[in-house]
Amino acid sequence: MNTTQKPIMEIKDLRFIYPGAAQPTLKGNNLTIYENQITAMIGPSGCGKSTLLRALNRIHDLYPGCKYDGEILLRSNTTGEMNDILKLRKENEFIKLRQQVGMIFQKPTPFPMSIYDNVAYGLRLSGIKNKGELDGRIEKALKEAAIWDEVKNRLNDSAMGMSGGQQQRLCIARSVALKPKVLLFDEPTSALDPISTAAIEELISELKKDVTVVIVTHNMQQASRLSDYTTFMYLGDIIEFGPTEEVFLNPREKLTEDYITGRFG
Amino acid sequence: MGGRLFKDFSLFSATLSLFLLIGIFAVLFSYAQASLHEFGFNFLYMEQWEIGEDDEGGVFGGYIPIIGTLLTTLIAMVIATPLAMGIAIFLTEIAPAAIIKPFSIAIELLAAIPSIIYGMWGLFYFAPIVQTLFGGNGVGLLTAGIVLAIMIIPFMAAITRDSMNTAPDVLKESAYAIGATKFEVIKDIVMPYSKGGIIGSVILALGRALGETMAVAFLIGSVMAIPQKITDPTTSIPVLLANNFAEAQDLEMSSMYYLALILFVVSFALISMAKVYFMRKR
Ligand SMILES: Nc1ncnc2c1ncn2[C@@H]1O[C@H](COP(=O)(O)OP(=O)(O)O)[C@@H](O)[C@H]1O
Ligand SMILES: [Mg+2]
Repeated sequence: MNTTQKPIMEIKDLRFIYPGAAQPTLKGNNLTIYENQITAMIGPSGCGKSTLLRALNRIHDLYPGCKYDGEILLRSNTTGEMNDILKLRKENEFIKLRQQVGMIFQKPTPFPMSIYDNVAYGLRLSGIKNKGELDGRIEKALKEAAIWDEVKNRLNDSAMGMSGGQQQRLCIARSVALKPKVLLFDEPTSALDPISTAAIEELISELKKDVTVVIVTHNMQQASRLSDYTTFMYLGDIIEFGPTEEVFLNPREKLTEDYITGRFG
Repeated sequence: MGGRLFKDFSLFSATLSLFLLIGIFAVLFSYAQASLHEFGFNFLYMEQWEIGEDDEGGVFGGYIPIIGTLLTTLIAMVIATPLAMGIAIFLTEIAPAAIIKPFSIAIELLAAIPSIIYGMWGLFYFAPIVQTLFGGNGVGLLTAGIVLAIMIIPFMAAITRDSMNTAPDVLKESAYAIGATKFEVIKDIVMPYSKGGIIGSVILALGRALGETMAVAFLIGSVMAIPQKITDPTTSIPVLLANNFAEAQDLEMSSMYYLALILFVVSFALISMAKVYFMRKR
């Protein structure tokens, strides 16, 4: 792995406590996300993978009472500086953050509207009203999400009638359309059949050219096939982080080795 | 054994309710025959309600109570719908967790207050306020409409809140995740998602407003006159029926059954529509 890769996000001493929880769910995590790389998060269920991922676009803040401590730095497009997203307070700052750091969920979440409008929605929110520009951006996004050929003749049909795999690719198109810097995936294939899973994996590898990907997965084959970096979490701690090959073939920590070889989890 | 018995009993109850429905319709229809024959569909446009000499025959038309019913209901719906939506949105999307519970309980209690209490409260407390603000003599269309609105708001808000609560969190999160504001999430995700339930709740509230007797009886003025202003007194179908039932005979009685039949058919149609909307969503 070359060493000239640039960090796009840096997590420093991140602690996170859910409202009403006695213990912090994240206990001082440090992690670097490199630009245009795929970083996988693995670890047994309940170890805090989703919690960490959901801190990266501050989606936690939709629910009051969550407490953060530490820093999450994101590189600015314009100045190139690393800015702490934990300092954001206003609704429009959150909106800007989420347009730059998109998120795909475990179950596909098409909106109750047409295929076209699903992708147009975020674009319209970001201020694009011109029909020609919308059409162009939507076609491009649907192509990038490898679903254009399947939907180009039925853009006005409801998105609710698509298969699960198609819906998930539509959700990816919806995020990609906004040209985000980072895309967060939380077990995006765990609700899909093997064929749809393969299609999504291929798509994610393709996306890497344009965006940085962070993907939570409980499937270790998926992590090893797909990612450039892997981070192993256990009970709210980041136990190991490094290039995927090293983590899988030559882990530094005994705990990582036990997990990867299936001794627990 | 027990399962079998239970099944039979359920089947019996379901059949019974169907027969009751048909039975009520048949009774209304047959008692309304005399009036139907005498006035036909003109009944709907005729303004008179006059008993003939020696209590024989007379001329009876449903125009005034029908108009009174429609107008009070219209006023109530125009006031209640936006307020009920606002309350439901507040309770599902905006209110902090600590106040959702007490607020919800208050709404459910308000929905359970007997309508005669709304009527009395409206007459003694509210009618004078309406009189000072809008003129008139206190009772009339406007007062009845407003108190009717206050009565159906909790009911509408509670059902609308329940259907808005069915919009899944991940769906809302997905919208936030592409940069939607809270307002946009409510408008574009929550409302369309729970559209069926919202329309259903509006129609059910409409049905309730149409058939409401006691609250309106206190407040509408109960006079057989076409209202010229919004504060004028008039009457409505249920109020007319309740007031005249004890003394009416023959053709007047039959005409009242005719009015009841109209109310029954309209309410039945509304409830069926509401059911369709609820079912389409579930
Ligand atoms: N909303 C919440 N409130 C309180 N605790 C939560 C909440 N969500 C998750 N947790 C807890 O945080 C821990 C980590 O959960 P999560 O990040 O979902 O794990 P993973 O994604 O690795 O399976 C678990 O112990 C879970 O019970
Ligand atoms: Mg998870």
